[in-house]
Amino acid sequence: MKSSVINKRSKNYYYRNLDIKSSYFDRGDSKIKIIIIYAILILACFIALYPIINIVTISLRPSDKLLSTSLKIIPDNATFDNFINAIKKPAFLTWVKNSLIISLLSTAFALTISVMGAYAFSRHNFRGKKMGLNLLLLTQMFPAPMIMLPLYILMTKLRLTDTYMGIIIVYIANAIPFNVWLMKGYFDSIDMSLEESAYVDGANLVTAFYKIILPVAKPGIAIAALFAFMGSWSEYIMARVILATEDMYTLPMGLVSMQGDFTTQWGVYSATALITAIPAMLVFICCSKYLVSGMTAGSIKG
Amino acid sequence: MRVKKGYYNNLQIKSAKGSFNREKNKILLFLIPTVLVMLLVVVYPLIFEIVLSFKRVVLQNLRSWNWPNVGFDNYNRIFQEPIFYKVLGNTLLWTVINVACHVFFGMGLALLLNRKLPGKGIIRLILILPWAMPEYIVALTWKGLFNEEFGTINVVLKAIFGSDAMLPWLSDPKYVFIASIIANVWLGIPFIMMVCLGGLQSIDKEYYEAAEVDGASNWQKLKNITLPLLKPVMTPAIILGSVWTFNKVNIIYIMAGNNVSDDAHILVTYAMKKAFNNYNYSYSAAFAVIIFLILALFSSSFIKAQKMNQVR
Repeated sequence: MKSSVINKRSKNYYYRNLDIKSSYFDRGDSKIKIIIIYAILILACFIALYPIINIVTISLRPSDKLLSTSLKIIPDNATFDNFINAIKKPAFLTWVKNSLIISLLSTAFALTISVMGAYAFSRHNFRGKKMGLNLLLLTQMFPAPMIMLPLYILMTKLRLTDTYMGIIIVYIANAIPFNVWLMKGYFDSIDMSLEESAYVDGANLVTAFYKIILPVAKPGIAIAALFAFMGSWSEYIMARVILATEDMYTLPMGLVSMQGDFTTQWGVYSATALITAIPAMLVFICCSKYLVSGMTAGSIKG
Repeated sequence: MRVKKGYYNNLQIKSAKGSFNREKNKILLFLIPTVLVMLLVVVYPLIFEIVLSFKRVVLQNLRSWNWPNVGFDNYNRIFQEPIFYKVLGNTLLWTVINVACHVFFGMGLALLLNRKLPGKGIIRLILILPWAMPEYIVALTWKGLFNEEFGTINVVLKAIFGSDAMLPWLSDPKYVFIASIIANVWLGIPFIMMVCLGGLQSIDKEYYEAAEVDGASNWQKLKNITLPLLKPVMTPAIILGSVWTFNKVNIIYIMAGNNVSDDAHILVTYAMKKAFNNYNYSYSAAFAVIIFLILALFSSSFIKAQKMNQVR
């Protein structure tokens, strides 16, 4: 037993000296293990990518070959017609415009509100703090589609149906609970002495928050922004309730409305779906370097 | 001289502390927007919905605002219907299988990625892409993949096992349910994987080095170091993941569509179907309240059990 340990170590030592393997891989990994790990990861990547590739394939198919059992990734006679048809659709630009306005504004507001709220939750021991946090968590348990009817009635009363304002308020509220939790965790991981020294230097609350805390909390904020954006960019059910006229349709609503004539427009639909998914993916990729640190900083400490 | 300096410093600290406390109380103002939005858009509808569940509201009397009180009638009706228990069972099955698969695969991939590997960054990026896809597009895409005639899955099954192996993914409720689970597992792995990676990166390497010195096997290291230290990170993620899965509408609603019997539904999608197709608003309100109570009970007991473990 002991000799095998020593043996292993001397082997490691050998590799470390060679400095080829150890600089690329973990010391203890044998060649076979590395091959197996790569095999599993590549299989996982294939499974993760395949459905996305499938949309690309369908969107590239010529319109007479939409229903096909071919498994080719790039179809025969591949064409961009579907993309051109999608963009040429008169309503398409309206959907994009609506989606952009709604998503960007609701992300900005949701972020501002939840970052402020989370800061208060993190730094102040007010009465009912714990209850407040639990209540926020509790809202996640009410099935969201079930508040549709009351929300619709409320929005009608406030005359906010079919307006940007109405849907933006809903998206802000959707994003707040999770983001407050996320950001509170992140703020908790930032040492209080940072602001305290700022106060000694005569800073007030707003400057200390704005100039000192926010820059440090950037990874957390990036992730909160990501979730807020994703939540509103791809939301369909609430939009369906609040927005009614076609001029107000968002991309998801437009997509679903296209789905009515599935058989004829399958290709155009796939192209539009891809155009919808790509901004979300880009935002995700941009934020991905923050994803790990931003999401878990708080929970590790707390 | 020295004394004076100390005195001076003290004074400065005191005034700084005073202003700190004053500033600290101002922080409460930061809460106002959160509270306002939550009251308007979440709390008010919640209360409204609870009130609704004790009334009788259908399409015919919706606009009259004159809704008769019916007490617990809606609840009684739900509990008397056998379909409720069927759907409840489905929901539990759906949640347990999904979350178990998310944790198993997500954690496994995170463990594989948490080592030195060339190309790790790219692999990680590809693996989180499912998360970046809007949910209803995911559902529709998988519906396409499961298409009984043209979908990749049946085409592959046919190519390997012959035409007998083609499965009725979208018409038989049992297979609709399985297909939905596959789609949702695909969708949910990246979240757990990323949380897990974050947790793994925060574990001090020294623990492993010490274990290595003691001759611990890889399995022992995983069981006695990695898993316990991941727990504080994974617990909230698992609770949230369970709640989200329990309440996930898009996947089953789109996969099952309207042409599959209720057997493939879970509580939320069933309640949605009742509200949209049968226009029985108070009935589905009662359903929503029941879902809410189940989840609240589950989460609070889960958190409590977790806390007890920590005390021990």
